[in-house]
Amino acid sequence: MLLELSGVSKRFGARLAVDRLDLAVAAGGCFGLLGPNGAGKTTTLRMIYGVTRPTAGTVRVFGLDVTRAARAVRARIGVTLQESVLIDAISPVDNLRVFGRYHLLREPELSRRIEELLDFLELRSHADVPVKALSGGFRRRLAVALSLMNRPELLVLDEPTTGLDPAVRLALWSRVRALQARGATVLLTTHYMDEAQRLCDRVAIVAGGRIVADGAPDALIRAHLAAEAVELDCTPQEEAALADGLRPRARLRVGGRAILYVEDAGALVAELRHRNPGAHRPFVVRPTNLEDVFLALTGTSLEAA
Amino acid sequence: MSVSARHALAVWRRNATMYRRTWWLNILPNFFEPVFYLLSIGVGVGAYVTRMDGMSYVAFLAPGLVCVAAMNGASFEVTYNIYVRLTFEKAYDAMLTTPIEPDDVLAGEVLWAVTRAAIYGGCFFVVIAAAGLAPLPRALLALPLVPLAGLLFAAIGIAFSLHIPTIDLFSFYFTLFLTPLFLFADVFFPLKERLSPRWLWVAEALPLLHPVRLARAAFRGTATPILLWDVAYTVGVSALLLVWARRGVRRRLTS
Repeated sequence: MLLELSGVSKRFGARLAVDRLDLAVAAGGCFGLLGPNGAGKTTTLRMIYGVTRPTAGTVRVFGLDVTRAARAVRARIGVTLQESVLIDAISPVDNLRVFGRYHLLREPELSRRIEELLDFLELRSHADVPVKALSGGFRRRLAVALSLMNRPELLVLDEPTTGLDPAVRLALWSRVRALQARGATVLLTTHYMDEAQRLCDRVAIVAGGRIVADGAPDALIRAHLAAEAVELDCTPQEEAALADGLRPRARLRVGGRAILYVEDAGALVAELRHRNPGAHRPFVVRPTNLEDVFLALTGTSLEAA
Repeated sequence: MSVSARHALAVWRRNATMYRRTWWLNILPNFFEPVFYLLSIGVGVGAYVTRMDGMSYVAFLAPGLVCVAAMNGASFEVTYNIYVRLTFEKAYDAMLTTPIEPDDVLAGEVLWAVTRAAIYGGCFFVVIAAAGLAPLPRALLALPLVPLAGLLFAAIGIAFSLHIPTIDLFSFYFTLFLTPLFLFADVFFPLKERLSPRWLWVAEALPLLHPVRLARAAFRGTATPILLWDVAYTVGVSALLLVWARRGVRRRLTS
């Protein structure tokens, strides 16, 4: 196992941020830690790169105990933090140079890797402009480039695309996939379920410091809900009638909106049309996603039918 | 955990990179400040003082001011600048995603503060020597004191910075600690002639007193046993505070 957490807890005073977490991640692929803000994701990451010490349990990375061998572990890990750690006053190239020295890189290797990363993350257009003049997307790409200076075997991304516009998110996702193709393992946290679904081949849903579900996105959807979701505005009584007649695998209610989960929405759609000829009650049929699983497992009322 | 010299040097180089970009802006005041002091206090006020300790007042002033320059150079670095790197630039959070450990951060920052003290105090020395106020070559013995005074004030300042809750307290550090030291620690007048002997031992607690006494001895070319106490104080207090700072750095950077 590339990464192994067993019985890991972290307490900050009275608050238990991480609660007896068990997790094993094999090399290769992309693993996602999903959860709302405050679920313990960042604390878990910090324990993985050895900056936060677990109150109980052990964290092993590359087979090494992180609390004993933090230096050796971090030499092989790249971490992109949520907040910017870029030096605003200097250029991307100089930022990369400073960061490369933290890894004890020297010339000519230092310059070689900088050149490589300028291309890989498409930073060349503004390579010599002070960072403070750059856009959010460019800054985030540079932040990822910094964490690749040591050619990490494991790349840790904490909320990599928060606050970025869609085009920039897509571009960043493509880079993450390219890294995986080169053999790096990626571990990311996100509260964007679409991001997790697109990038990760395995996800763990974290709530209140615990893992509430763990598996491939599709498998989680199949295990907890069903392939398709039908959303419509209706009263609980109307919903009950529909559920009674059509027996969806699961139901979820968010305010005045009901979501019914079925393997094949065809029958449900036909029934809805049949019951309201001409009334055209608007409804949405869509594939079930991780957002639904997340809601089902952590949030609002879900009744298994 | 232990210090890795190469990683500490990487921390040092980050600061050096930032400093070098504007080195001529940074270094210029270091030359002007001593000139102003020597002109105003040394030559201006000094005109009303016939002899001081067997020399002109401006010559009496010179060695103390070299130490003050070192004190200021180190102090700025380990207060405002460290606070900015810690809180706003998240520099240490970035370093701790790499093989750099908290001990390396502390070592690198102290080394950098000592470097700044050496630059600041070194410039001062050059001006003083050019003005003929440093009896060469024996005054050169005072040069190693510049980084030593820098180390002492780096240790004091860093221990303070790591244990205060808000940046506002730095103004206290400067006006209620460094300024009184500057004014009362033997730089402008010999403390032992103005203070009743009963209280002289209290004055021995003032950190700046010791480098100043050492520098003055070097300029004068006289050695007395008390200088051993001055060296011991400077090294000892630095070491003690750095041990305390080490705990502070770990507490601030890791959890």
